[in-house]
Formats: sequence, C-alpha cells, structure tokens
Amino acid sequence: MRSRSARLAAGLCLAALSLPAGAEEPRFDATLELGTELRVFPKDPAYGSQRDRALSPSLYLEPEFTADWNGGDDRLTLVPYARFDRDDDRRAHADIREANWLHIGDGYDLVVGADKVFWGVTESRHLVDIINQSDAVEDVDLEDKLGQPMVQLAVPSDWGTASFFVMPYFRERTFADRRARLSGGARVDSSASYDSSAEEFHPDLAVRWSQVIGDFDIGLSHFHGTSREPRLLQLDAGDPTNLTQHYDLIDQTGLDLQYTTDAWLWKLEAIGRGGHGDYFGAAVAGFEYTLFGIAGTDMDLGLLAEYQYDGRTENGDAPGVLGNNDTFIGTRLTLNDVDDSSLLAGAVVDNEDGSALLSLEAERRIGDSWKVEAVARFFAMGQAQNSAYGLRRDSFVGLTLIRFF
Amino acid sequence: MGNLQRLLALAVLAVSPVLQSAYAESPEDKGLAIAEETDRRDLGWGDSDVVMQMILRNAEGESSVRDLRLRSLEVPERKLGDKSITVFNKPRDIEGTAFLSHTRILDPDDQWLYLPALKRVKRISSKNKSGPFVGSEFAYEDLVSQEVDRYAYKWLRDEACGEAAPDRECFVVERTPLYEHSGYTKLVSWVDKQDYQPRKVEFYDRKDALLKTLLMLDYRQYQGQYWRTHRMDMVNHQTGKSTTLTFEDYSFKVGLSEDDFDKNRLKRVQ
Repeated sequence: MRSRSARLAAGLCLAALSLPAGAEEPRFDATLELGTELRVFPKDPAYGSQRDRALSPSLYLEPEFTADWNGGDDRLTLVPYARFDRDDDRRAHADIREANWLHIGDGYDLVVGADKVFWGVTESRHLVDIINQSDAVEDVDLEDKLGQPMVQLAVPSDWGTASFFVMPYFRERTFADRRARLSGGARVDSSASYDSSAEEFHPDLAVRWSQVIGDFDIGLSHFHGTSREPRLLQLDAGDPTNLTQHYDLIDQTGLDLQYTTDAWLWKLEAIGRGGHGDYFGAAVAGFEYTLFGIAGTDMDLGLLAEYQYDGRTENGDAPGVLGNNDTFIGTRLTLNDVDDSSLLAGAVVDNEDGSALLSLEAERRIGDSWKVEAVARFFAMGQAQNSAYGLRRDSFVGLTLIRFF
Repeated sequence: MGNLQRLLALAVLAVSPVLQSAYAESPEDKGLAIAEETDRRDLGWGDSDVVMQMILRNAEGESSVRDLRLRSLEVPERKLGDKSITVFNKPRDIEGTAFLSHTRILDPDDQWLYLPALKRVKRISSKNKSGPFVGSEFAYEDLVSQEVDRYAYKWLRDEACGEAAPDRECFVVERTPLYEHSGYTKLVSWVDKQDYQPRKVEFYDRKDALLKTLLMLDYRQYQGQYWRTHRMDMVNHQTGKSTTLTFEDYSFKVGLSEDDFDKNRLKRVQ
C-alpha cells in the first residue's frame, strides 16, 4: 500500500513537472463588448402598421468567457449575446453565439457545441456560406449569424483540409416586428413549418474540402439538410402581410475560389441546389483591386466589382432572392492609421429594374477601449415587383459606440 | 613546412567564410559573406513563440499600445522563406485578429488575415510591402524574416557600432532590395563583428532620402546559440513618429509544425 501511494505521489509530481513552467492551468478569460446604437430613419414609414419613429435607440452586450488548458489545445468558449431595442420587439432578443469545446488533437481539430463557421470569398453575397442561420434582425446584410449547434471535425493533410459537420438542431431566421422599421409591413409568424417530419431536429450534414494551391485558394462543399433560407408563405388569403416561414430539405453543392496575384483578388462562388423546386445554379464572381499608398500617403484604396446571378425560377418553389441578375460595385478605403480607420461603400444595382441598395460602413477606434461604427443603408427602389420594395422608405443611418471591457 | 603552412592557411579560410571574403576583397562578396554568416549562425532554431508589445508614438509624443504574440516556423530550405503567425491581443477591438504569412524570397509572400467577428479567413494581397504595419513605423517588409537572397549586398566600411552597442566594432553593409514592391532604394546595416547581429539599420526611401532609423537593443542568447533582440526602436525622420517593439518570454522548439501554419488553423489560434 505504502509503495503504491508513493508511486502515485511520484507520478503526480512528474505530471506536475511536465506542465509548462510558469503556466497556470486552466487559464480563464472574461471580456465584455457593450454597444449603444442609434438608428435614424429620415422618412416616414411606408405602412400604416409601422410606428413612425425617426430615432431608434438600442443597446447590445456580448460577453465572452474562455477557459483553456493543455497549452491551449483544449478550450471552452461561451459567448452569449443580448440586444435591447426600444422600437422592435423582435430585435430585442438574446442568443448563444458560441458555447463549445474545442480540442486540437494529433492530426485533427474537434469542436462540439454551438459555433460560427464562415465559408466563402466574395463581398456582396455569401452564397456558399450555409452552416449558420442569419440573425436578420441585427442588420439587413445578413452577415450576423446565430450560433449553430454542431459536431465539427477538421482533418488537415497534404491534400488539403477535410471538414465534417453534423448539425442536430436547426434555428429559424429572425424577422423584424411588423410595427417596426425594416419589416416591409409584414408579420412573419414565429412558428415555422418544415419539409422534414423531424422538423428542427432533422440532422443536417455537411462536408468541405479546402486547399491552397499556389495563388489559388479553393473550397468545395456539400450540404444536406434544412435550408437556411425560408420560403415565406401567406397564412391567410385575405391578409397578404401575414406570413409564415417554411423550411425545405435541400442539397447544396458549393465552390469558392480565389486567385490572388499582385494587387488583384479574383473571386468566384458558385452553388447548385436541389430541393427548392427545380435544381438551379447561382454564382457571384468579381474582383478586388487595391491601389496601395495612394497619393504618397499610407492609405489604400480598394476597387470592387462583382456580378450576381441566380437561376431559381421567379415565383417558383424557391425563396425569393434579390441578387438574381445584379451588379455590385464598391470601394474600400483603409487609412492604415493608429486608429485602424476604414470605410466601405458600395451599391448593388438590379440589372433589370434599376433598383439599388446603397450601403456605407465606416469604423474607427477611439483610444484603447472604444470604437465607433457608422452604417448607412439606402433603398432606391424602382418597381413594386422587387422583393425589397417594402423597404423603400426605411433607408437609415446607424451610429454605434462600442466600449470594450 | 611550407606545405603545412599553406594547408593551415587553407583550413582557416575554409572554416571562416568571412575571413575568406576579406581575402576575396570585392565589397559585394564581403557584404554577402557577412549576411550569409549572420544567417548561418541562426540556422536550426526550429520554431519559436514570443510575446510582443508595440508602442506607437506620434510627433506630439502621444502613444498607443498593441499587444501581440508571434509564432514562427523555420523553413530550412534557402529557396523558401519562414512562416509566421501574428495574433493581436490588444487593443480589444482587434483581439483575436490573426495574420499568417508564408514568406517567399523574391516572389510575393502568401498572406491570410483572420477576422474574428465574422470568423472569416481572407487571403490578402502581399504587394503592400512598404505600407505601415497596423499604423506603426514598421513596414511589413521590416518585420518578415530577413532572407539572404532578398537583397544584393555591398560592404562599405568597418567602424564603431555606435549608440546601440557602444563597445563594439561593426561591419557597415549596404543592402539593395531585389524583390519587387520594396519601399526602399537601400538599407544600410551596422552588423557587429563579434555576434554578426544587426545593431542599427538606416532605411532610404524611393527618392533615396533617409526615411527611418532602427536601433536593435538588448540582445540575449538562447540555447547557447541564437541571438534575439528584445527591443527595437524605429524612428521616422520625415514624420517625427516612432515605434518601439519589446519582446518577452521567448521560447524555442515549442513543437510547432507546418499544420499550425495552415490557413484553416488560423481561427483556432489564440
């Protein structure tokens, strides 16, 4: 007995010695991002159901808790999120952006839990990116995402990285309250219908391969499961503004490709999708060209142009889409200053009816723990058939002041 | 006896490439030999991990601070450059932003940026070698690994190293960038004769005017062989701005591999 406990003690001492010197494990870290936003809507709303408020304040907080051990090879991350909005009950919402365990093993990475995953290369539309549901009440650009529960395994090799995803639970898209701005005057019911009898518990699967070959970055992916894009169905024939979400089972194959040469980035995203009516293809292709150190300064000016095509049948069994034959042009100004100031301005123009979505995003740090962001979105709508027509009087400017703790 | 003397002389020449170059006499050969000796003395470090602090000062003396962590992987082939990942910790709004570089010699480097807010990895253009790195007085090309074959060399003279190493003698070597898109016409380096480490570098802009001066201070030796500076002071003479880099907690051979410098791993680094 004595010798056994001695061996145990010796073993424990050895284990303690094998830890990196000076590193206290596990290591905990907690941070907080707190933002206050003011949206300014210069025009009266288009629909009588919408509240006429020119100034719309809101506040969000996003804490982040992490713990890591094994020299960072194991990590627990928790990122809750909450927004309080005075004028939109749906935009006042909470989410778990991340709650996962990451393990970096010998020749593989494993993530279990809610996570965010981004795929793709283009700027104006994210066709290939399909893992996470969009948090559509945060912003109309659909770049904010809800945390997706998953088991994710990535295996790097000389032949590229293969990633496998199993997603046991699906999350519905969020929509603005009918009485709020950016709702298009519609009420989207929060109880969705599904193709799958398992509804939101249908196990979705995805696989992706990505590789760098010289100046090319290539990604190939396939997704089988519940579409992240809902069809909006009319609930009651008498009220066209009363809608419900329907989620189809789809199969989507995606390709993303970037060729980087000199100051040029050439980009392509393409998908083929089955399950939304007839099988269709869609693509975004374009470039970003950067003028470095313009006019003898430290500033860089990027010129962007992309073409958006989508082959889905209009008014068919696929969700409506804006970018079916559209052109995006934009410019990115990076000051390369101490405050990391930058500005991105762009316009997506519908090649058929001339409708345009103009947007401007600017940001700059103030001191060490503050940051200011400005965003402006203008909806210049041509014809009533355009699916963004409902937003024609909801152009807005948003200012956000962020404090980091 | 005459033969033995000659043999000894040849042996001395063979083990001392710099001595050899001194006999070769051409300033270009001597400059290259000094660079090769610097490079040779640093071979075999494998991989490293270091915590960096960057203090940026403007002409009025106002300062701001960045905390970064730099992991590097030595790529032994002379025709290939080293790999590195820079992860930002402060300021808080850029926490988690990571920059991956696979250095080439004369070809453009392969570079990726990881943006944590979108969880997005972007391949970026590496044409911008002469632009400021995160608003500092260091250009991107000042920070990436100094590969021998990126420059042409010319030994100018020997003299005291000056303020960065007051008690040492230095080789003064002029370097001309051979890679495209450099922001400099030439660099003049003071390399100390004892350890073959640069102590001071002067940077000349495209108009051949003195742009910046870099002092490299507080050298410490690791694993009985590898010298690393723990403080770099860069002063821009044209703007009055300056940047100080300090290095802490250097560790070598921590077990990093090619996989850790893959773009798909960027979102996992911390």
